[in-house]
Amino acid sequence: MEQFSGKVWVLGDDIDTDIIIPTEYLALETIEDMKLFGFRPLRPELASQIGAGDIIVAGKNFGCGSSREQAPEIIKALGIACVVARSFARIFFRNSINNGLLLIEQPDLYGDIKEGDTITVTVNQSISYRGKQYPITSLPENLVEIIKAGGLVKAMRKRNGLE
Amino acid sequence: MGQTIIEKIIAHNIGRETVKPGEIVTVKVDRVMIHDIFIPFVADKFEEMGFTRLWDADKAVLVYDHLVPASQLDDTRHFRIGDEFAKKYGMKNVHRSDGICHQLMTEAGYVKPGHVVFGTDSHTTTYGCVGAFSSGIGYTEMASVLGTGTMWIRVPETIKVEINGELPPGVMSKDIILRLIGDLGADGATYRALEFSGSAVDGMTVASRMAMANMAIEAGAKCALFTPDHKTAEYCEIELDEFQKSLTGDGDALYCQTISYQAEEMVPVLACPSQVDKIRPVSELAGTVIDQVFIGSCTNGRLEDLQAAAEILKGKRVSPFVKLIVTPASRKVYQEAVACGAISIIAEAGAIITHPGCGLCCGRAGGILSDGERVVATNNRNFLGRMGTSKVEIFLASPMTAAVCALAGKITHA
Repeated sequence: MEQFSGKVWVLGDDIDTDIIIPTEYLALETIEDMKLFGFRPLRPELASQIGAGDIIVAGKNFGCGSSREQAPEIIKALGIACVVARSFARIFFRNSINNGLLLIEQPDLYGDIKEGDTITVTVNQSISYRGKQYPITSLPENLVEIIKAGGLVKAMRKRNGLE
Repeated sequence: MGQTIIEKIIAHNIGRETVKPGEIVTVKVDRVMIHDIFIPFVADKFEEMGFTRLWDADKAVLVYDHLVPASQLDDTRHFRIGDEFAKKYGMKNVHRSDGICHQLMTEAGYVKPGHVVFGTDSHTTTYGCVGAFSSGIGYTEMASVLGTGTMWIRVPETIKVEINGELPPGVMSKDIILRLIGDLGADGATYRALEFSGSAVDGMTVASRMAMANMAIEAGAKCALFTPDHKTAEYCEIELDEFQKSLTGDGDALYCQTISYQAEEMVPVLACPSQVDKIRPVSELAGTVIDQVFIGSCTNGRLEDLQAAAEILKGKRVSPFVKLIVTPASRKVYQEAVACGAISIIAEAGAIITHPGCGLCCGRAGGILSDGERVVATNNRNFLGRMGTSKVEIFLASPMTAAVCALAGKITHA
């Protein structure tokens, strides 16, 4: 079973896509240009502090708001290994799967976690934090297939005989 | 066992008698909408996926609205890429300056009752106003739909929202949907369909229903549905067929939740900064000084909204300390508002009238605000930093409340 550990950044409830990346930066040409402005309305310094392999832990309804796919793309480009939240908004959820960003629903970790601490994720099984195990459920089969293919683009390339 | 509207639409689409919530099925898509912000990304992903033709060019609609007219030097790149994509793949349905995508999709006749529609914008839920299943998706998913004409979806549970009676004067459908979002919470309908019914809904115009369907996403909903009736048929310029006529929630359908309101109990409300579900009666905030008022957007930029505002503004002047910005949702709405005299009344009251588009609502152009300023606005989101800096306070309201506040220079009850 795949396992990884990462330092945690804690965000609140209802972290919307305008917070993750404000509309004014959406016309920048690349995700690399945009990622510097990630989370700017809420925590302007955060994008420069996040390191590769870090994990975001948040409350309910993470990713609510617009359909902008730059939101999961930026989170991935900042090096975030996965987002653990009490719940996710619908469009953000699809967009994350399609881009191969791992999302984990877990109701209890958010209440216990402290920013800067490290957690260990065992995919489709549990999260370990300060000696306590937080169970997580596995994703439906059709979504696992998209993630396995490496995202929707790769799944379609395969369909079209390119990979 | 009876079925809800969304179950009927999905079952019909996939050629089955019934479907059940939780099932994952693949639907055939009737229409797609892509707007200017995302077309460069859709084009990239489409080609990266290895597609060489659209599944059906006539079913795809491209709308330039977020960046029209361009306010930053790089904006026109999106139009150039959009035009190249449309030309290369034979897309004829391109709107370069006709108005906001969600207004155009029904106004220009692209969406009909019973259709399955996806768009690269979260407010794609709007088309539920005519009884279509419509929802927002990202650009990677859109690229895949453009190539295949299909998409997997999970059949959603349905929340039934019944509103009976007659709305009091000064209260609009916007107040109902804000109240509902407040009661459900910003995630209260996540993954679910909202189905509206009741005598108050039957009595509404399609435009009023549109304002409600538009904001369904603000409670997290996948879609919102209204039963197509004679007003829908007239608006869509069609005669309803047997399938379209059947799109009503059955008495014995299974709902995961039922919410009932009496319209007479509704009051004008505001969504307070910076959460869409932080709903308070206008009367509780009366006296709060404001700097700007915005009447427009895909939520409330329609003819009836401008007419309601004009009726309040007629013969009066906007407070000298307030900028009132009015943006018709489309060129057609603009022309109709000119023809009926609403625009000249609004202009005489001292408003700034801007070109149809998304500019101010999404914080890109046409009246963005700065630290410490307050705005009463008829659009759908009051998120932190949405219409300017993160220290702007955005209060969402109906067009009538917005117009009354513009005259008073402060939050005021109609």
